[in-house]
Amino acid sequence: MLSKKIGPQLFINLLFILFSIACIFPLIAVISVSFSSEEDILKYGYSLIPKSFDLSAYAYVLYKPLQIVNAFKVSILVSVIGTVVSLLVIAGIAYPMSREDFKLKNKLSFYVFFTMLFNGGLVPTYMLISNYLHLKNTIWVLILPYLAFPWFILILRSFMQKIPHSIIESCMIDGASEFRIFFRIILPLAKPGLATVALFILLQYWNDWWLSMLYIEKESLVPLQFMLYRMMNNITYLTNASNMMPPGMKDLVLPSESARMAMAILAAGPMLAVFPFFQKYFVRGLTVGAVKG
Amino acid sequence: MNNRQKGLFSYQSYKKNVQLGILAFPAVVLIFIFSYVPMAGIFIAFKDINYEKGLFHSPWVGFDNFKFFFSSSDVWLVMRNTLSYNIVFIAVGTLLSILFAVLLNEVLSRRLVKGYQTIFFFPYFFSWIIVAYMTYSFIGPYGVVTSFLERVGIRFDFYTETWIWPILLTLISIWKGLGYMSIIFYAGIMGISQEYFEAASIDGATKFQMIRKITIPLLMPLITIMTLLSIGKIFYSDFGLFFFIPREIGQLFPVTQVIDTYVYRMLKVSGDLGMSSAVGLFQSTMGFLVVLFSNYVVKKVDEDNKLF
Repeated sequence: MLSKKIGPQLFINLLFILFSIACIFPLIAVISVSFSSEEDILKYGYSLIPKSFDLSAYAYVLYKPLQIVNAFKVSILVSVIGTVVSLLVIAGIAYPMSREDFKLKNKLSFYVFFTMLFNGGLVPTYMLISNYLHLKNTIWVLILPYLAFPWFILILRSFMQKIPHSIIESCMIDGASEFRIFFRIILPLAKPGLATVALFILLQYWNDWWLSMLYIEKESLVPLQFMLYRMMNNITYLTNASNMMPPGMKDLVLPSESARMAMAILAAGPMLAVFPFFQKYFVRGLTVGAVKG
Repeated sequence: MNNRQKGLFSYQSYKKNVQLGILAFPAVVLIFIFSYVPMAGIFIAFKDINYEKGLFHSPWVGFDNFKFFFSSSDVWLVMRNTLSYNIVFIAVGTLLSILFAVLLNEVLSRRLVKGYQTIFFFPYFFSWIIVAYMTYSFIGPYGVVTSFLERVGIRFDFYTETWIWPILLTLISIWKGLGYMSIIFYAGIMGISQEYFEAASIDGATKFQMIRKITIPLLMPLITIMTLLSIGKIFYSDFGLFFFIPREIGQLFPVTQVIDTYVYRMLKVSGDLGMSSAVGLFQSTMGFLVVLFSNYVVKKVDEDNKLF
């Protein structure tokens, strides 16, 4: 019996280990570039094991960190407020949608999921947000549009559908109001679903560049990802320009290659650190049920 | 007595419905503002927007914006890129993630399963901008791969060779989404009652038979939902993937330009609102029709798997 299993087990694990390496490899590459010295990079190219351990990229990035610290602040503020509010808003609609005895259940499902299949498009949304809601260059534009994401509503509703109706019923017989049931019973029971969706929402906010690319021009409101994007362009511009400079200028080497990667690490790090807290609930919380339940 | 009870009951049910409605209210309002109000804005697609006259007083031009878009020389290229990338992404991505989910379920060590889940999820944690940096660290002028190739005597400039990009973009897209998708399917498999497998095992079914006769059929509704939802987005592309990864390199546009990046760049250069919203309306309507059609086909094949 056992000998029959070893072959396939070995094969499956080998496949998964290979893919695991593919998942981690790019991160390692970026980390080691960020610790390489600029001279080594220009001479030998990026390498997976730094030829010398050099902190100048981080020193350069963090030397006058005003911009970066500010970008961090914006990203953290948006992610924290966004995640907390969004979680409440999404749970608030997911719960009634999970209730068979709610009169508007089907109408509400249609209302939410229709937006997954049809939308007004970029231009009308842009016009609405900038010309009519006047949200351009405010912190709100980075938070409000993502608060009620239909996909997350679908996940959480599917999870809540698995909560036995008898629990809710017995609370109703005890005379508890719907609000009480929601906050005291449903939310604690839906913890795995909430944790999973919270992680997705957090990632959505932390990793977003789209909203800032469209609506943010004010320096003080630039979040981390958008700053990273601008650095990408800026350094492309720098390297292009340096090709046309006299050769002597090239001695003045900024750690631009490694600094870029150091920034990427600083931007990606917090999310990787956050994951273990959600991991426990992960697979249990990720239920996707039928759209029309 | 009976009447009073009934009255009390309906009052309670009324109260219940109102309270549940109040809970849903914030989301309903937000969805209304950010999704439904823009839908009303699709009329922009039929107007020649003039900034001085404003949105509502600009002249109507019928389908001119659409005509203009479809007569531009780039349109078929952009359309071809969008559709072929999406078809490959959906087909390869779905098949691989189902395969991964099924195999993950076969791994005996619980600890390894946990480990794989965590690691497979890594790529999903990075924004497209960070993935662009990673890509650059591999294939940029000083990149790991580029300098390795140079050492073995091959000079290869990834950012000017067009033929490699369809392969690269597919690899990157699969790399980023595979963990996420396979965990959704894995969660689906976890939801299948263990009893089926036990019964099958008593009847002497092999692993392979169980996968074919139990896992896949019971996973089918989920597979259908996921596929139909991605088919609905077949005229859209992951903007970040096509915008950041190949960078602003015009030479690569023939293989990297998709509808979304095309419209964005066009909007940046010309500011033609009418035409851009015409394209947006086209994407949305086509996607919607494709979903309706696929759902119709699914319904014909198996009533239970339909999306709506």
